[in-house]
Amino acid sequence: MALISKHEVVERRALLLALLILVTVSIGGIVEIVPLFTIENTIERVKGVRPYSPLEQLGRDIYVREGCYVCHSQMIRPFRDEVERYGPYSLAAESMYDHPFQWGSKRTGPDLARVGGKYSNEWHVAHLVNPQSVVPESVMPPYPWLLERELDISDIRERLETLRIVGVPYTDEMIEKAVEDVKAQADPEADHEELLQRYPKAMVGDFDGQPDRLTEMDALVAYLQILGRMVDFTDVRPEDLAQ
Amino acid sequence: MAGKVERDEITGVETTGHEWDGIKELNNPLPRWWVLVFYATIAFSVLWWILYPSWPTLKSHTRGLLGYDQRTELAEIMAKVEEERRPWLERIRGAELAAIAADPELLTFAVRGGEVIFKENCAACHGLGGAGQLNYPTLADDDWLWGGTLEDIFYTVSHGIRFYEDEDTRDSTMPAFGADGILESQQIEDVVQYVLTLSGREADPAAAERGREIFLEQCAACHGDNGKGMREVGAPNLTDDIWLYGGEPEQIRAQISKPRHGVMPAWDSRLSEESLKMVTIYVHQLGGGE
Repeated sequence: MALISKHEVVERRALLLALLILVTVSIGGIVEIVPLFTIENTIERVKGVRPYSPLEQLGRDIYVREGCYVCHSQMIRPFRDEVERYGPYSLAAESMYDHPFQWGSKRTGPDLARVGGKYSNEWHVAHLVNPQSVVPESVMPPYPWLLERELDISDIRERLETLRIVGVPYTDEMIEKAVEDVKAQADPEADHEELLQRYPKAMVGDFDGQPDRLTEMDALVAYLQILGRMVDFTDVRPEDLAQ
Repeated sequence: MAGKVERDEITGVETTGHEWDGIKELNNPLPRWWVLVFYATIAFSVLWWILYPSWPTLKSHTRGLLGYDQRTELAEIMAKVEEERRPWLERIRGAELAAIAADPELLTFAVRGGEVIFKENCAACHGLGGAGQLNYPTLADDDWLWGGTLEDIFYTVSHGIRFYEDEDTRDSTMPAFGADGILESQQIEDVVQYVLTLSGREADPAAAERGREIFLEQCAACHGDNGKGMREVGAPNLTDDIWLYGGEPEQIRAQISKPRHGVMPAWDSRLSEESLKMVTIYVHQLGGGE
């Protein structure tokens, strides 16, 4: 107990105390933070994960703006009840281009990590405008203005450029063509070849049921429809996911 | 103060040397039980570090002696679950749909399993129990757009309707008679009147008669001369007074003028073959299976 009674030595010297606190906290910080930059087995090596298309990214920003994450998680945990209900558990790789990620911490509504392709665009529009019209027991609030508000695409290039700074691999071409890609994805008549080359599996077409308008609803539904669809799990071998 | 220990006269306990208005702070030791619990938590964490994945290293992390991994644990749990289900699922997989429906044991299993799948995946549009709602067909009645046999239902569930990511999806498009200028608005009005008579409702007889001519020319190719529909193209029966998009004159008018087209996702990429079969059986026995 001799060592323990020595704490008086530290406690009575403010500068020494501050110095030792700094050393202790630094050790904790280094152990937690340094591996984030060097560790190689956090993100699984799976094919298919790509940056969001500009329209999906705008929809994602609306998802964040409206606070969807407050009630919906995007994280299927590796538990039996979750994988049986929602499908394969979420991989770190699937949210590596999310800034910030939308894992969420509360499910008032269901998890949305694999909602892409589960419902039709029409259903999503009806559901977002008035959730109780299609799910009577739902407690979700309505978001009718999404159908009214024009989608603001004036700063889409800046948005992609900003994401590039934090590590999302948008190419110069992607940024160059961002405005065209937004319009092409929401236009069923457009030529989608280039868009789909840049953003495979992107769902194209008129999302909001108003072919002549580009609304926030188009963007949000385009985003919801890609969720969880990038990785083809029939292709994924368990050893690829080993950590 | 350092070095010189002062004891409180009454209790005999050391003081910290701090004094406020003549009151001195005693330096009582922490209770023994508290200290022991504190040491125990430290020992526990050391044990944890050894047994479980814990410390990050530069490239990886320590894996722990137990080799625990949440994903591996899940794989083991799922393997056990599959082992339990296998006898049943193998029978479902190996049997024709009709054979499943004919075997009371398999039927019970398929209906129970199908109901769970339906609630999670289908009820959002088709309602609990297949009750349906405006814009989404009822599955519990015997009015089928694309067919109500086990095979028809299985095909629809597997490939969806107008779900163009699936090449085999069911597909058809009704022309926009008004929006594309195929018919004049008066002609559409006449067709509306005629369509009303098909399900035995009151309509303007003269307009309905004019509408009949137009109907036979423009609509009968899909909806049939008698308006009873055509399942090959998902054209609804117009004589039964069951309306997907509403049966009021203005709703019928809207549908002729600028039709809505329902989309159903293909489920064969999301559900296993056994699940597709079970949900087919479930839908089939809701009331209207053929």
